[in-house]
Amino acid sequence: MPEQEQKKIQKKGGGAGGDAGDAGQVKGSSKAAELKEEMDEILDEIDSVLEENAEEFVKSYVQKGGE
Amino acid sequence: MAIEKVFGTETEYGIAAAGADFNPVLSSSVLIATYAGSLRRIRWDYEQESPLRDARGFEPLQAREPSDEDLGLANVVLPNGARYYVDHAHPEYSTPECRSVRELVVHDKAGERILERSLEEVARSLPSTPKLSIYKNNSDGKGNSYGTHENYLVDRLTPFGDIVRDLTPFFVSRQVFTGAGKLGAEAQWDERGRSIYQLTQRADFFETEVGLETTLKRPIINTRDEPHADPDKYRRLHVIIGDANMCEVAQFLKIGTTALVLKMIEDALLPDLTLRSPVQALHTVSRDLTCTAAVPLADGRELTAVQLQWEYFEHARKYVEREDDQPENREVLERWEAALSGLETDPLSLHRELDWVAKYRLLEAYRVRDGLDWSDPKLRAIDLQYHDVRRDKGLYERLADSGKVERLTTDEEVERAIMEPPEDTRAYFRGRCIARFPDSIAAASWDSLIVDVGTDALQRIPMREPLRGTKAHVEELLAASEDAAALVARLQS
Repeated sequence: MPEQEQKKIQKKGGGAGGDAGDAGQVKGSSKAAELKEEMDEILDEIDSVLEENAEEFVKSYVQKGGE
Repeated sequence: MAIEKVFGTETEYGIAAAGADFNPVLSSSVLIATYAGSLRRIRWDYEQESPLRDARGFEPLQAREPSDEDLGLANVVLPNGARYYVDHAHPEYSTPECRSVRELVVHDKAGERILERSLEEVARSLPSTPKLSIYKNNSDGKGNSYGTHENYLVDRLTPFGDIVRDLTPFFVSRQVFTGAGKLGAEAQWDERGRSIYQLTQRADFFETEVGLETTLKRPIINTRDEPHADPDKYRRLHVIIGDANMCEVAQFLKIGTTALVLKMIEDALLPDLTLRSPVQALHTVSRDLTCTAAVPLADGRELTAVQLQWEYFEHARKYVEREDDQPENREVLERWEAALSGLETDPLSLHRELDWVAKYRLLEAYRVRDGLDWSDPKLRAIDLQYHDVRRDKGLYERLADSGKVERLTTDEEVERAIMEPPEDTRAYFRGRCIARFPDSIAAASWDSLIVDVGTDALQRIPMREPLRGTKAHVEELLAASEDAAALVARLQS
């Protein structure tokens, strides 16, 4: 079910807006190249700011008590 | 006739630190007290719930020594009229009361900057403290949630049953634009665990339709009745079902559309859209990234969340045209219409406006590039860091910095709101008094100030009308009062 949902939305996004997650499917047109460039830029940015040991950190992130 | 809407948000921020001996309660307190630093620490007035609060005019109160509770965890009122305090194990920021949606977006952002500045202050003045991080989100991904609440001033005469009937389908369906996005399912009945992405942080934690609870058995409509204003005239609707928004457009839509819907409820203009199973519908909508799932209504119809929103929108459009034609309402309608049209044709096109879409786009691109499974911990780290308040580390902030999400505010406006209250609500009087007479304000609450005028008895200034105490009302009075005693004398004369 989750996988189906994800696929469905990818297809929809790619069809109408050439959007998220479809960088690999829409290579060729200049718009797609632009999109890929933009997404690559964002992903590089994530790599550069993601905390060291991010995976360990997120595992230890526990918030008890709220509201 | 509907009353003017006054609103504010309260955000509990997630707090974490490297190291095993981290105490979130004390760390939150240190964070707030350190920020308050040079600002005089003003105690929050817990006496507002006592019978004294119903007295009219000025009451002489007995001077007293501060109790242990008073000296406990940090709890301050800021010069911008906001409250910054420890709530359970979180730092919480409550904006001042606003009457413009745009201004609330500015003040909500100012809260993020205050949290960020607090981190910087702690790092500077207490360098041996373990490095803290702060997140504006609502879930730790492990079944624990903390709230982002909205408050709206509502006419006491409006039957609460009307609010429940008309607001419940609205809250269920507004998730399509208010959701901050979340990787994973935390509802106990959902066994898919880490492998799904959903629209909202909070839907998993809601189990009932109406109730007083906020931490267990959370209800879609919360019944807390603390008006913080004249209780004969007003209700403060305490909304606990929203997500913490980073995107300014999402925040603008959340507050703006809800305020309009409340006005239409007060004027009894909405059709009955009662859902057959609101809690189930809430979960269905949050789990449907295509925004095409239909949910059953009590009358037998089946509508998608977007269709339900169109119903509210169409009524709001007529309402604004006929009865409430103000520029900001028109802007709410324009953005609402654009969001619903986008959600109908291609939800992912709204990556500049909506948090759940912006974050999904990051996660999906990262996942595809590195060939990761949806359950990969790295994606969870990205989800969390989207909400990091530091401008150089938070992923939302990185998107905003490079123009990849739409801003409604300017940095200058947000900076100003860190110290300046809104000018058109009682927050102006509160904030200005705290800025002008920091040594004389013994305590403050939403609906009163307690002033030490140098005599034995403290003086309470009631502020039971949220739209009084504006700049227009009190600017001259404040300018003419050389100290707090003079201010009280003028108010009494």
